[in-house]
Amino acid sequence: MIAKTIAFLRQRLPLVIRWCYVLLAAVVAWDIAFVDKEEAHTAVEHLPGFWAIFGFVACVLIIVISKWFGHLGIMAREDYYDD
Amino acid sequence: MMTDFWLHPSLILIVGGLLLPLVPRSLKKAFLVLVPVLTFADVLSMQGHGGTYAVTHFMDWTLTFGRVDSLAMVFAYIMTLMCVIGTIYGLHVDRDVEHIAAWFYVAGSLGVIFCGDYLVLFLFWELMAFSSVFLVWFRGRKQSLGAGYRYLLVHAFGGLLLLAGLILRYQATGGDLSFGPIGVDNPTLPTYLIMAGFILNAAVPPLHAWLPDAYAEATVSGSVFMCAFTTKTAVYALARAFAGMEILVPLGVIMALYGVVYAVLENDCRKLLAYHIISQVGYMVAGVGIGTQLAINGACAHAFAHILYKGLLFMGCGSVLQMTGKSKFTDLGALWSRMPRTFIFTLIGGLSISAFPLFSGFVSKSMVIAAGFESHRLWAGFLLLTASAGTFLHTGLKVPYFIWFGKNNCSQETLDKAVDPPRNMQVAMLIAAFLCIFIGCYTPFLYNMLPYPQAAADFHPYTPDHISETLQILLFTALGFFLFLKKLTPEPTISIDLDWFYRMGGRGFYWLAKKPIQWADTCVGQAYQVIGLIPLMATAKFWSWFDWEAIDGVVDGLARNVQGLGAKLRNVQNGQLQYNIIYAMTFVALVLVIFVFAGS
Repeated sequence: MIAKTIAFLRQRLPLVIRWCYVLLAAVVAWDIAFVDKEEAHTAVEHLPGFWAIFGFVACVLIIVISKWFGHLGIMAREDYYDD
Repeated sequence: MMTDFWLHPSLILIVGGLLLPLVPRSLKKAFLVLVPVLTFADVLSMQGHGGTYAVTHFMDWTLTFGRVDSLAMVFAYIMTLMCVIGTIYGLHVDRDVEHIAAWFYVAGSLGVIFCGDYLVLFLFWELMAFSSVFLVWFRGRKQSLGAGYRYLLVHAFGGLLLLAGLILRYQATGGDLSFGPIGVDNPTLPTYLIMAGFILNAAVPPLHAWLPDAYAEATVSGSVFMCAFTTKTAVYALARAFAGMEILVPLGVIMALYGVVYAVLENDCRKLLAYHIISQVGYMVAGVGIGTQLAINGACAHAFAHILYKGLLFMGCGSVLQMTGKSKFTDLGALWSRMPRTFIFTLIGGLSISAFPLFSGFVSKSMVIAAGFESHRLWAGFLLLTASAGTFLHTGLKVPYFIWFGKNNCSQETLDKAVDPPRNMQVAMLIAAFLCIFIGCYTPFLYNMLPYPQAAADFHPYTPDHISETLQILLFTALGFFLFLKKLTPEPTISIDLDWFYRMGGRGFYWLAKKPIQWADTCVGQAYQVIGLIPLMATAKFWSWFDWEAIDGVVDGLARNVQGLGAKLRNVQNGQLQYNIIYAMTFVALVLVIFVFAGS
């Protein structure tokens, strides 16, 4: 059943991707329109969609910085420690 | 009904382990389940019966084996529950000694959790290290042997730091061995040494490299045990003694980010998960450092949730390794139609660790982050949230995507072997997956167990702003993942970590031993032959005559006995250090059993 469901979704991948974009937009819209920000710890959290931007930027920074760090010489061939 | 009699849960595991080889094959599986279930039941029977049990005297010291309070109970509960799940996962393993090593390891962890003084703590602390190393060695690869020895040496170093700290503290305080809040306001050298011993086991950088090195090399079921016990026992020890130690906050935040960075680079799925242990334990260490009631609750809740979801993730990736023999992303991919159940279980673990609403991480991780913001450490709160994005990026997305989807890197042989694992492994994953969701959906189950239940009851994770914040961070992290998918394509590399220093340092020592010292030894040997051998031969001739004429008659009978004993001992002393250690460890375990029985 699991495999069948996955196969069903994979056959309709463009549609699934479109729905994912709708979901992203809906979450941000819900945050802007309905979520009470009284409990926010900082002023920046009041910016519309602040956490969406935060998540995306954090993700990109982690990928870019880690890969840059790795290619400084941290990533080595698999037999590095072999004699 | 609990009376003054208190049964140490470690005893059940140690005695069970010692009896295991004697159990008939037909009853073995039932016995394997029974022992951890009894241990779990023993811990359950202690609920509501706090107090001090199993106090015994040894020389001038009073040793406490059984301090039962809410902090100990929440850890004991999850440790024994994980022991049940881990043993079910490994039921198909025929090798008794692997089960024994795992149970002794859990016994060590429970011994630390229930102990009331540093002497007993040290004893069980070492039992953990010396038993868990077998879970690495039993993998049986050439690399496992090296990884195991490195693991053992690093933990021996950590144990020495701890021992030095507790001896200096004993001297400075005029004989205080009690294991409790250590006095973090005025830390002294012993305080720092004890803390160093603890944070080495918690894998705090720069004392962390042993963890990915050993855990990625452990047996499939061994890694399920290892990912749960050592670091979380260290978190317990830190929460008990170092709550409010300010330096732990930046250390915890560094851990959270460090693990994330290395996880990006990692090609081996189990090593990636190991790096993520460092990241997740970072939240707990930071929570202990913040030290408020909410933060300590958060550290304990996160340890509880983490043991289950990390165990589940190691079980999922372990199943792939068990069935296909592969654990590198560059050897895997597109397995969704062949191992669908394993995919779902691993995904549940991934969503839990990523703190998705309705999964366990959501109700535990948020406590630590909220405690950071509430104590006005905004930098800690924001950096821990950044690490959360990284967690979802790797464990929630990278692991499932590059094993079950993505490019198919599997050989035909890998594809042929790839099916969902045996039933016992699936049952263990099902139990862990259920608990991950149950904890996320029904918060009182976990919150009522925490050391400060009132503070826990006042914390409400399911508020609209928290749900919105979490969903935005996670879903836009997913967007970033798919947009930067090419950059994340796994590369067949390893990552150099701080173990480089002792691995290369060890080679330097080896060279020193092989070249200059060997040369000196040869010189001494030659000199000895010239100067020493002639007088030695003359002396030997005399003693030979004396022996022949006088002693033989007396000694012959004795010699026969010694020969017999020697033959028996030869079976034990086969020259392999690993086996010597297991015999010594069994002896220590027996002594512990006798001591605890004497005290109960």
